[in-house]
Amino acid sequence: MVETQPQRRTIGANGAGAPEADGRPITMSVRHVSKHYKTGTGSVHALEDLSLEIPQGEFICILGPSGCGKSTLLWGMSGLHDMTAGEVIVNGTPVTEPRPEIGMIFQDANLLPWRNLWQNIQFPFEIKKLDPRPFEGRIRGLIDEVGLAGFEKKMPRELSGGMQQRASIVRCLSYDPDVILMDEPFGALDAFTRDEMNLLIQKIWMETGKTIIFVTHNVSEAIFLADRVVVLTPRPGRLAHIFPIDLPRPRTVDMTFEPEFIHVVKEIKNTIETGRYTPLPKLTGAARS
Amino acid sequence: MASELREAIPTFNQPQGGEESADVDITNWSALTSTSFARSWGEAVAIVAVAVVFVAGLEILLRVANVPAYTMPLPSEIGAALFGNFGLFAPHLGVTLRVLAIGYAIGAVIGIVLAGLITQFPFAEKIITPYILLLVTTPMIALVPLLVQKMGFGPAPRIIAVSLAVGPMVMINSATGFRRTDLAKIALARSYGATTMQIFRQVRFPLALPMIIVGLMVGAIFGLLTAVGAEIVGSGEGLGNRLMFYSSRIQMANFWAVIVILAAMGILIYVFFYWVGKRWASWQA
Repeated sequence: MVETQPQRRTIGANGAGAPEADGRPITMSVRHVSKHYKTGTGSVHALEDLSLEIPQGEFICILGPSGCGKSTLLWGMSGLHDMTAGEVIVNGTPVTEPRPEIGMIFQDANLLPWRNLWQNIQFPFEIKKLDPRPFEGRIRGLIDEVGLAGFEKKMPRELSGGMQQRASIVRCLSYDPDVILMDEPFGALDAFTRDEMNLLIQKIWMETGKTIIFVTHNVSEAIFLADRVVVLTPRPGRLAHIFPIDLPRPRTVDMTFEPEFIHVVKEIKNTIETGRYTPLPKLTGAARS
Repeated sequence: MASELREAIPTFNQPQGGEESADVDITNWSALTSTSFARSWGEAVAIVAVAVVFVAGLEILLRVANVPAYTMPLPSEIGAALFGNFGLFAPHLGVTLRVLAIGYAIGAVIGIVLAGLITQFPFAEKIITPYILLLVTTPMIALVPLLVQKMGFGPAPRIIAVSLAVGPMVMINSATGFRRTDLAKIALARSYGATTMQIFRQVRFPLALPMIIVGLMVGAIFGLLTAVGAEIVGSGEGLGNRLMFYSSRIQMANFWAVIVILAAMGILIYVFFYWVGKRWASWQA
């Protein structure tokens, strides 16, 4: 892991913040990406010259205030959006449209309300015209793991928000994508359910070793989950700083009350407020910069 | 089209576009699907009891007040006419049903297809919508004398009138349904690589279905009104024609029996679409 990222943004051939140290292959590169939206009243400048390299199997959180373009970045990575400038490369191929090795988990679960839970999980297979039968064992296992066994016939409105989001996680994992993009997936959940979901996501990530890119505006959630937290500035979204998080895994909810956890929370909040990173006085003991 | 996704800022919490909030529902669908006729046997008994009391009360009132039959026949006389003379009404019921079914099928299919097409092209929609509104608001029965003049007393003018009454009604409601684009759901389908056609079949159509069913129901009731009206205005057969026939002969028991049949048809249409809505659009409620 790279220890420090002192610049507001790093522009270089490698992009910014490449953790080349452990030699893992780079799964996703974001290279000098900018995005302007055309709106009725002019244009919205969402992203400005952002670069990022994400190695295989990393859990990366993209954090920033509302409207900083973090969702835009994620949508660019997914191929659902064209970027105004720059490119996104996944496993060596530029992303110009949605790709089968990328799975996406949306805000508010985004289940189709006219399908029951099982039919919702079948949805990707129907669109991809894939035979779901070889995946059935996998799907049953996932349903079991997230605690939805016995709810297969339920309609989404009969499920709680947390259960809906669990279903959407199963739906995403069902066809086994390498990269999972998560767009504020737990933003609408209550704090307790959110903690539960974070533990579940960590567990799934540790078991499957997927590359996960997770967008959130919740600082503790980002630190709790991530190997690295990427902080963006308010609009237009630029890279403010990348925080490596070296807390041991599996992480527990108790860890979020530890002084060194809170130290990082403060640093990140400070970075979001000022738009750049200034190290806070170190804690005595094991606090990291 | 999926292209709308490409320039949409990914926040779905606010409604997309100004028109969305002006969802004009002719029927309140949620009220329709959430109220059930009778939730228990007790309620069912109460409903039937009220009906019995009402009919019996009317019978007694008419007898006591000695109301002449040409003003209002007794319920028992109407019942006797309904069952005793049903053979007389049946052919006319068949005629009305046929005109309604053919006209409705033509109107409904055109209405849904047109709605599905037009909502894909906002510019075309803006141009066509005023004319559709004109068709919705103009009573199509008004056209029947003109059509009869050109086409004679056959069923054709009535079928045309019914189609013209049904089509725009189905279209305007279906269009409201198709306009409800849920960008998050479209994005979901797109993220699996869905084609425009797949998005239409798997996302847009199911999303529009509750409003399509509302349109089909309102259309069916308007179609019935128009079919009967057209028979009153320009036809030698059908239940509407029978109303004119029996009232001109002051056969009021028969007249009222026809009205009871028409009311039953209307209620059956409602119950049928209520059931369809419960079956296919209950997720909406």
